[in-house]
Amino acid sequence: MLDDFVLRALLGGVGVALIAGPFGSFVVWRRLAYFGDTMAHSALLGVALGFLLHLNLTFAVILVCQMLALLLFFGQRQRFLASDTLLGIFSHGALSIGLVVLASLDGVRVDLMAYLFGDILAVGRADLGWIFGVGGVVLAGLLWLWRPLLAITVHEDLARVEGVAVDRVNAAFLLLIALTVAIMMKVVGLLLVTSLLIIPAATARRFACTPEIMAVFASLIGCCAVGVGIYGSFHFDTPAGPSVVVAASLLFLLGLLFPQRVNEGSRKVR
Amino acid sequence: MSSPEILLELTAITLIRGRRHLLQDIDLQLARGEIVTLIGPNGAGKTTLLRVALGLLAPTSGEVQRKAGVRIGYMPQQLQIDPTFPLTVKRFLAMNNRAQQERMLPLLEEVGADQVLDSPLQNLSGGEMQRVLLARALLREPELLVLDEPVQGVDVHGQIDLYQLISRVREQRNCAVLMVSHDLHLVMSATDRVLCLNGHICCSGTPEAVTSNPAFIEMFGLQAIESLAIYSHDKNHRHDNCSGCKDGSHAR
Repeated sequence: MLDDFVLRALLGGVGVALIAGPFGSFVVWRRLAYFGDTMAHSALLGVALGFLLHLNLTFAVILVCQMLALLLFFGQRQRFLASDTLLGIFSHGALSIGLVVLASLDGVRVDLMAYLFGDILAVGRADLGWIFGVGGVVLAGLLWLWRPLLAITVHEDLARVEGVAVDRVNAAFLLLIALTVAIMMKVVGLLLVTSLLIIPAATARRFACTPEIMAVFASLIGCCAVGVGIYGSFHFDTPAGPSVVVAASLLFLLGLLFPQRVNEGSRKVR
Repeated sequence: MSSPEILLELTAITLIRGRRHLLQDIDLQLARGEIVTLIGPNGAGKTTLLRVALGLLAPTSGEVQRKAGVRIGYMPQQLQIDPTFPLTVKRFLAMNNRAQQERMLPLLEEVGADQVLDSPLQNLSGGEMQRVLLARALLREPELLVLDEPVQGVDVHGQIDLYQLISRVREQRNCAVLMVSHDLHLVMSATDRVLCLNGHICCSGTPEAVTSNPAFIEMFGLQAIESLAIYSHDKNHRHDNCSGCKDGSHAR
């Protein structure tokens, strides 16, 4: 018989994995892994701000992530700094400011490990509400942007010439990613958010021949990783967030045993 | 014969980035049924001018006028698709074009790439990729085709084929073509007008007129020497005592 908190952990993990699949696919296709990291690191600043201003922590995290997404959207248009340098500054700057502020708060004792590596076993009803409520909205938004986003992923200028509102779609996508990161943080922690985005997607690549199949497979593989990870964590008394990521990594390695499924053989011979 | 409809008109286009004048005072008119080719050395602003013409880049000064509602087919220089992005040619062609499947195959046959319909985009050869890109541009039934180095990464035979294909497309559809070419010679048989670009317009006109223009000879003479220099025995050769190259005798 499952304990209540294990059930909640599973539900939360599955919810997060479902969202992470399609977003992670885009993160992989568009090489945004570092961008995801930056978003996640800034979440700690959100936590600190939440404590400082007595805000709901999830809300504060979402707020900071959104603001950073906008900053980066405009920041990447300048040509002064390469975008990975810019991301590095934002990423580590935000993380460090968050740590400094948290450490200097009087009378606040924060379980830093829970924020850095997640505390999936402490997922409560309210958290599930956030995950499935915001998660549903985020997935709906991605579905709405799906076709133009694919077009932009192939070639931005081509998409623009063909009438896609590239800037608007990109900005909306960044905001959705920020929301995703904010709710994922609960489960795997801000240091491991990117891993749950990219590892299942990278695993799914071998088995997919369309973008949609890859996104769905990534979700399913993520769910598997959550199940295996939580079971393992329970069984071996290991930290849950990292266990989920270990499970995802093992699944990735397992996937390498299968031949890559691309339809290379389908070329007709004239 | 009534004068054909103007689809694109650039007037006094200047583009300054920082202190560099990327484009300087460029005029260009493109009429229906006409093929105009931009040639010039690396960094001459060819692609920049295309992007200005497409409205992707705002010029510092000058005016871009496209015929209202003109349908544009654009073939970008290169697709850089991540190997993790699973995309077949069929899916690529269907993107952004509410094109029916039944139009796809005849078009691929027309450009000579029907055998790759179900292949992943990443598996195409250079020539196949260019043909598929052209097919995607043609799916929009364009009045104006904008091609950025359409023969890039294609061997010489393939280049001749592609230029012939572009001429055929123009004849059959009576669309205007604006293209960028790196190649100096093959393209001459496939174009009505040449614009020789090096930040500003060095010279322009029919291929015959341009190839005898001193400015053209100077530019291509130099460029021919530069490309020949790879095979040259004398690393310290100087352009000014290499007069043989200037008359274009190395032109192939």
